[in-house]
Amino acid sequence: MLPLIEAMTAAVHQVQSCSICGNLGGNDPCEICSDPLRDRTTICLVEDVADLWALERSHAFRGLYHVLGGTLSALEGVRPTDLRIDQLIDRLKEGSVKEVILALNATVEGQTTAHYVAERLAPSAVAITKLAHGLPVGGELDYLDDGTLTAALNARRKSA
Amino acid sequence: MLNVVRSLAPVAGDTRGQLVVGQISLTNFRNYHDVRLNIAATPVVLTGANGSGKTNLLEAISLLVPGRGLRRAALRELQNQKSSEPWAIAVDLSTPYGALHIGTGSDPETGDGDRRIVHIDGKNVRGQNALAEHMAMAWITPDMDRVLAEGPSARRKLLDRLVYGFDPAHNGRVHRYEKALRERLRILREGPADAAWLKALEDEMAQTGVAIAAARRHMVQQLRTGIATTTSAFPRADLELKGLAEEALENQPALLVEDSLREALARTRGDDAQSGTCVCGPHRSDLVVIHRLKQCPADLCSTGEQKALLIALMLAHVRILTSIRQMPPIFLLDDIAAHLDDIRRASLFEELRTLGTQAWLTGTDTEPFASLLPHAQHGVVEFGQVIWL
Repeated sequence: MLPLIEAMTAAVHQVQSCSICGNLGGNDPCEICSDPLRDRTTICLVEDVADLWALERSHAFRGLYHVLGGTLSALEGVRPTDLRIDQLIDRLKEGSVKEVILALNATVEGQTTAHYVAERLAPSAVAITKLAHGLPVGGELDYLDDGTLTAALNARRKSA
Repeated sequence: MLNVVRSLAPVAGDTRGQLVVGQISLTNFRNYHDVRLNIAATPVVLTGANGSGKTNLLEAISLLVPGRGLRRAALRELQNQKSSEPWAIAVDLSTPYGALHIGTGSDPETGDGDRRIVHIDGKNVRGQNALAEHMAMAWITPDMDRVLAEGPSARRKLLDRLVYGFDPAHNGRVHRYEKALRERLRILREGPADAAWLKALEDEMAQTGVAIAAARRHMVQQLRTGIATTTSAFPRADLELKGLAEEALENQPALLVEDSLREALARTRGDDAQSGTCVCGPHRSDLVVIHRLKQCPADLCSTGEQKALLIALMLAHVRILTSIRQMPPIFLLDDIAAHLDDIRRASLFEELRTLGTQAWLTGTDTEPFASLLPHAQHGVVEFGQVIWL
């Protein structure tokens, strides 16, 4: 048990929040923000650190992140000032970012927050995009619900 | 002490092309401890004293479609109070597309009885909406007797439930809309309102609200068709759907109606902040039901006429379900004989036979079902046991 206790104690003392993106790690800035090989023109906006690591595991995104720290919810008392939206706007003012990808959940709170953030970022010259909803990899059409099928149809693209 | 009851009756009748519960097993469900029932395709009549378990059996069947069943009970209420083992319902179904086994019950892994699991042909399925792919069902309960007189909210919920019978996604849309509505009201009430936040919520309300209105409007059109084709002794009803979005959809494309609703919500923020309610949107819509012959709104009709109008509406719904799903739905009619005169009762029984639906009817007395019993499977329910006659 002792090594586990020591590891947990070390984690409590060493893990810190990145002052740039809000990611958790041993350093500030975090490994991703410090990585010179990352694409600094694109920021992916996520709800929490778990979503950030889900995207990292996919190895599909090589840009930077911004962890919002939750979603807007009047019923839960989460207001815009409780989220890291102003910090995101400050990052865009530096001028290197060309695109912000809204990677928020397809819940009422997630989509309301995405809409709100898009509204707040509208005055900047940055392109605002969001993740597509639709057919999952390995999914079969006849097992999909109507909402997912509709989203997949609406987000269809030219084949080759 | 283990109270095992095996109530068996021979299965009879040709079930081809029908949706039929062939066997149902209840374990620790309400007042049923361990019961297995074999059912024929013919109407099932259950009689017995109040509190014997007739409605409990119907409720168990109603849990074979998505939702909380005909009582809308919390899951932990379904647990047999004398047992700590989780409740479960297992059903063998005949459908026009083949045999099917559906199981549902309290998730033994959560322990608190707050989660329901669903198995279809032995496989665990995620969410309840998969049930709708295989099942179609309608029901009438005594709680619904005054639904046409109770006001717009009750009538709207009735209509939404009918839509839900065709389109399981409708429930999700209503839930999303109502959540955004509550969020918007909270922001307006607490002030000062953040315009961008309100705009985001109103956009969600406009999109889901118009989808809800369109689904309701389509349902009402279908019901009108269903009512027009009836030959029963039940009164014909004229239906009208009142609501900003529903009426606008008559002559405008959905995207324009979304814009109108979005603008209306933005325009009424001040009024809504003061009143604490939202004055426009599909949560204010109403299904107006008129007794055609009497030209009288349903809420001004007698209790008996209201029940007759409700049955006419539900029969129309069953006809539409039969036509669209290509199989008659299972039809649950709890304590149905109350408030019906002899002519209408006979007409209802005749219509049930014509529809080919597996109907489940309950009542305290046998006499009102006398004309149906020669064609039905009759069981007497006593203390969570069913004795077939």
